[in-house]
Amino acid sequence: MDFSVVVEYFPRLLEGAWVSLQLVLISIVLGGVFALPIALARISPVAWIRAVPFAYIFFFRGTPLLVQIFLVYYGASQFDAVRESFLWPVLREPFWCAIIAFTLNTSAYTAEIFRGAIQAIPQGEVEACKVIGMTKFQMYRRVLLPRAFGIVLPAYGNEIILMLKGSALASTITILDLTGMARTIIARTYTPMEIFLAAGAIYLVISIVIIAIFRQIEQRQNRYLGTLSIKVPDKG
Amino acid sequence: MKLKKMVLGSALLLTAALSAVSVQAADKVRFVTEGAWAPFNFIDEAGKPQGFDVDIARALCAKMEADCEILTQDWDGLIPGLKVRKFDAIIASMSITEDRLKVVDFTNKYYSGGLRFMGRVGETFDLAKLDGKTIGAQRATLGAQYLEDNFAGKANLKFYDNQDNVYLDLISGRLDIVLSDELPTYNWLKTSESGSKFEFKGDAFMKTDNIAIAIRKGDDKLKAKLNKALDAILADGTYQKINAKYFPFSIY
Amino acid sequence: MIDLHGFGDQLLQGAVVTLELALASLFVGLILGLLGASAKLSSIAVIRWIANGYTTIIRGIPELLTVLIIYFGATSVLMAIAGLFGYDEYIEVGAFAAGVTALGLTFGAYATEVFRGALQSIPKGQHEAAIALGMGPIRKFYRIILPQVWRIALPGLGNLFLVLLKDTALVSVVGLDDIMRKANIAVSSTKQAFLFYLVAAFMYLALTIISMVFVSYMEKRASRGLTRG
Repeated sequence: MDFSVVVEYFPRLLEGAWVSLQLVLISIVLGGVFALPIALARISPVAWIRAVPFAYIFFFRGTPLLVQIFLVYYGASQFDAVRESFLWPVLREPFWCAIIAFTLNTSAYTAEIFRGAIQAIPQGEVEACKVIGMTKFQMYRRVLLPRAFGIVLPAYGNEIILMLKGSALASTITILDLTGMARTIIARTYTPMEIFLAAGAIYLVISIVIIAIFRQIEQRQNRYLGTLSIKVPDKG
Repeated sequence: MKLKKMVLGSALLLTAALSAVSVQAADKVRFVTEGAWAPFNFIDEAGKPQGFDVDIARALCAKMEADCEILTQDWDGLIPGLKVRKFDAIIASMSITEDRLKVVDFTNKYYSGGLRFMGRVGETFDLAKLDGKTIGAQRATLGAQYLEDNFAGKANLKFYDNQDNVYLDLISGRLDIVLSDELPTYNWLKTSESGSKFEFKGDAFMKTDNIAIAIRKGDDKLKAKLNKALDAILADGTYQKINAKYFPFSIY
Repeated sequence: MIDLHGFGDQLLQGAVVTLELALASLFVGLILGLLGASAKLSSIAVIRWIANGYTTIIRGIPELLTVLIIYFGATSVLMAIAGLFGYDEYIEVGAFAAGVTALGLTFGAYATEVFRGALQSIPKGQHEAAIALGMGPIRKFYRIILPQVWRIALPGLGNLFLVLLKDTALVSVVGLDDIMRKANIAVSSTKQAFLFYLVAAFMYLALTIISMVFVSYMEKRASRGLTRG
């Protein structure tokens, strides 16, 4: 193996890594925003309100992310109605198609994490707040949300790592993320092993940094208690 | 006991998995093609590779009296796969280029190509005014390389895993211009449903583009055998018959 | 009825390949997971480091990249090893074998954590009781520990299998004729991207549902010693 190609193309790999980070960051933020209402609807006492997010979550967790990306990118653009709609300026860009697919996907997983967290807070804490005489707003701000945040953290950190790994699929729709950049470089140099290993190392470093950051936040957030974590399934 | 049954079943599966890691006999010629470059190579409804390249490969095998196999592999895995001996010869409409000659050897050409732009009917086209346009090509092709060398940073370049996805994005309007080999584009314009909405833009260039079979560096024995068989099918009219099946003019 | 343009049979064949790949990877992954968990609980530091390195690396690298690296790299590695024993014929690592290796490694890394948790949750008394009955370490593991670990680990492993099932789609990138690749081929010939990717999505959903039913049946069986009714 000849690792001089890695040195030569390292700046371009970093360019790709930056695109990957943007994809992950935007999707995670948007996914988090969408996940909250989905999670709340999911625990609604009304059956038909529960059914919609259930089907949504089931579809996005039950099918491969690769299929979802292709559906958004190649599937949607097949229809004249989509191409003539106001959405087209967004949907014609592969970057935004990836963001849409990733956001839909991660919001389904994140909604389950949120649901788990909300249901994990013991009823006694809510009652205690009421007894002390807190208003509903105070109760959420001071007790419930910080508690939920602390419970959610480990699973949420995990979800970000999974999103980072999933973002490699953006390369299949012409995006020059880290994997896409690696494949483009290989198209010139024909050195798949060297370049893929280098790209893998960069992903690994990013993952380790994310894990370290979350450990820090977790320790701060849950400093008053032992860890109380919820089980949330991983995704592909 | 349940566990025992599971272990047994899993062991069977593992055997199946391991049997996929097989040792290849040395005298067999394993051709590989892409299967997404109609009419030169594509996959039919039965899941079998077909097309001009595939017909040529079969004709060569008949002449060499060799035991042949024709595999398919995505485009950007062809040369890496050849290098690690996943197959012996790439017959996938591959042009001889300097970059490729650094990593593989080529036989004599089996047809000649050339690049040509394509765009929507009626839209004006000026090679000097492509800045800001979105131009697509298949990754790791001559066209992609030409675009990278001449338009990087000027036009918005998009590279795809395969040519079919390039067509999909041209039809959807994500791409303004496509740069590809002239002959498959010719075929697509003529035969596909959307072909009538698009046309060639400008003249063909790089007409000296020689399309040949790629083999591993130093595999001179196979190279000699393939060249000999190629001469033979050109001399006895087999080649011309195959040519006529796909194009009304000679592409040699 | 939906018109699949004659590609229905192909898609079904793809589903069989997807299932075979998933099950073979599951088998490899379960073994790796058990080994990984035992290694992580080992009293020898080097073995623990190796296991930690394995899970950290595999869980930090995209599955797509793992598949690509193994597909392109395994052949040269295997041939180099075979070369050490004086064997220099070509060794083929096809898309299926590469897929099983990559997905098995991935499953194994996550399963390591599941098994470790399960192994640690077996009370010490169980070990002591087994030894007191005169069982050797292998017999103790097979008769006493493993059945309990299996029961505790099953829900986690079931989730991982669902992930694995979806990850099989990635192997289509190196040319394995699974559901995803068959859908790609159908799309390139018919240009009906939406139809075929949606059909593919529902085929994965169907496989997911079947797996879920099977896992819950297994869970019931595994815990039949606990619940009476």
